[in-house]
Amino acid sequence: MEIKADTTVCIGAGMCALTVPDVFDQSDDEGTVVVLRGEVPPELEDAVRRAVTLCPSGAISAS
Amino acid sequence: MSDLTLPIDRQRPLDPPDEIIELSRQASMHRMRYADGHLGWLVTGYAAARAVLADPRFSNRPEKMHPAFPARAALAQNGEFRMPPGMFLRTDPPEHTRYRKLLTGQFTVRRMKMLEPRIEEITNACLDDMEAAGGPVDLVQAFALPIPSLVICELLGVPYEDRARFHEDAKVLVNLETKAEDALAALGSTMAYLHGLIQRKRKEPGDDLLSGLIESGDLNDEELTGVAFLLLLAGHETTANMLGLGTYALLANPDQLAAMRDDPAVVENGVEELLRYLTIIHLGPFRLALEDVEIEGNLIKAGEMVGLSLPAANRDPSRFPEGETLDVTRPASGHMTFGHGIHQCLGQQLARAEMRIAYPALLRRLPGLRLAVTPEEVPMRSHMSIYGVHSLPVTW
Repeated sequence: MEIKADTTVCIGAGMCALTVPDVFDQSDDEGTVVVLRGEVPPELEDAVRRAVTLCPSGAISAS
Repeated sequence: MSDLTLPIDRQRPLDPPDEIIELSRQASMHRMRYADGHLGWLVTGYAAARAVLADPRFSNRPEKMHPAFPARAALAQNGEFRMPPGMFLRTDPPEHTRYRKLLTGQFTVRRMKMLEPRIEEITNACLDDMEAAGGPVDLVQAFALPIPSLVICELLGVPYEDRARFHEDAKVLVNLETKAEDALAALGSTMAYLHGLIQRKRKEPGDDLLSGLIESGDLNDEELTGVAFLLLLAGHETTANMLGLGTYALLANPDQLAAMRDDPAVVENGVEELLRYLTIIHLGPFRLALEDVEIEGNLIKAGEMVGLSLPAANRDPSRFPEGETLDVTRPASGHMTFGHGIHQCLGQQLARAEMRIAYPALLRRLPGLRLAVTPEEVPMRSHMSIYGVHSLPVTW
C-alpha cells in the first residue's frame, strides 16, 4: 500500500492521526500530516483506507 | 416545494423536525426559499452534503449570502455590520488558509492528549463542587458549561473571571431571533473586551495561545481580536451543548448510559455516536455557489445559496442504517457534525478530549444521576444556531 500526503492541501484536522496513530502524525508547527512509515502492515490497511475517507480536505490517498 | 422555508421547530427534542425527516425520505436536495425571498437549496443527503462542503466552487464569505432567518436578514441589511477580519471561518482561500495554518499546530491530536490531565482536574473540580452542593443542580451551569469554558479560557489566555460578560454576549449572538441592533451591541462589547485583552498581552505576554500568536507577528490587533472571538465562541457554545444535551440523551436511554459508564472501551466511539445522533449544528452551514455546479443531477446556479441540514445528513439511512436510534456501539465515525472540507472544525480534537473525559467521569461519580424535572420540562435551544438544553436540572 502506497500512501501519498499533500501538506499544501492539508488543513490539520487530525482525522488521520486520530484514526491510525501508527501511520499518521501531525507536524508541531502547522499541524499538517506526517506519514510515519512507508510500509503499511496488512492489518492496518483498512484503517488507513478509513482515514483517507475521513480526511476532510482530500490531502491523503492510499493505493 | 419552492414555498419551503427552513423548518426549525422540533416535534421531539432529540429528532430533527418532522418536515426535515419527510424531505430527506423523498430526495437528498430540495428547493428552499430564504428569508429575503431568494430561491436556493436545502441539502438533506449525506453524500450531497459532503460534496458541497468539499467543493471549492462554493464560498463561505458572508458578503453575498442570502440569510435563512428573518432576524438575520435584518442584520445583513444593516450597513453597520462588518465581519471582523480574523473571523476566518467566514473566508475562502487563500485568506482562510493563512489563518488556519497559524492555528492548526495548536490543536493537533498529540497536543490535545497533553491537555488531558488538566481537563481531568477541571472535570473533577466541577464534580467535587456538585457533590458538595448536593442535588438538584443545573448541570449546564455546574458542569457542561464550566469545563469547556475553563479549558478554552486557559488555552487562549482569557482570564476566567471575565467569562460572565462574554457568556451573556454569546447567548445573544447565537439566538436566531436576536434583533440587528442587539447583535451588533453584543458583538461590539465582546470585540472591545478582546481588543483590550490583546493590547494588555502585547505588554505582558503569558504562556498561552494568544500571546504566542501576538509574538509570531503574523497578525495585527484587529485580526487577532477576530481570531480570539471566533475561538472563544466556538470553544464555549459547542462542547457545552454537547455535554448538556448528551447527558439528556443518555438519561433518556439508560442502556446506552450504562455502556458509557461501565465500559471504557465504548467511550471513544460513544462520543462519536453522540456527536452524530445529536448534531448540535442543527441549522446550516450555508454556502454560496460561485459558478454553476451540478450535484447529484441538480444544477445549482452561480449566486444560489445552499443550506445543509447536518442532522438529516447524519441520519441518512444509506450512510447510517437505523440512524434515528442512539447506539454507542455502532461505527459512527464519518459523521458530519464537525463539518467537512477545508472549514472542518479546528477544535474537534479538543472537543473529543473534553467529552471522552467528562461523560464517564460524571456518570461514574454520580451513578444515581437522574433528571430533577420531567423530560418535557427541560427547555430546549430550538431557536439558537447551536442546539442543546438551556438548563438541565439533575439530582442523584
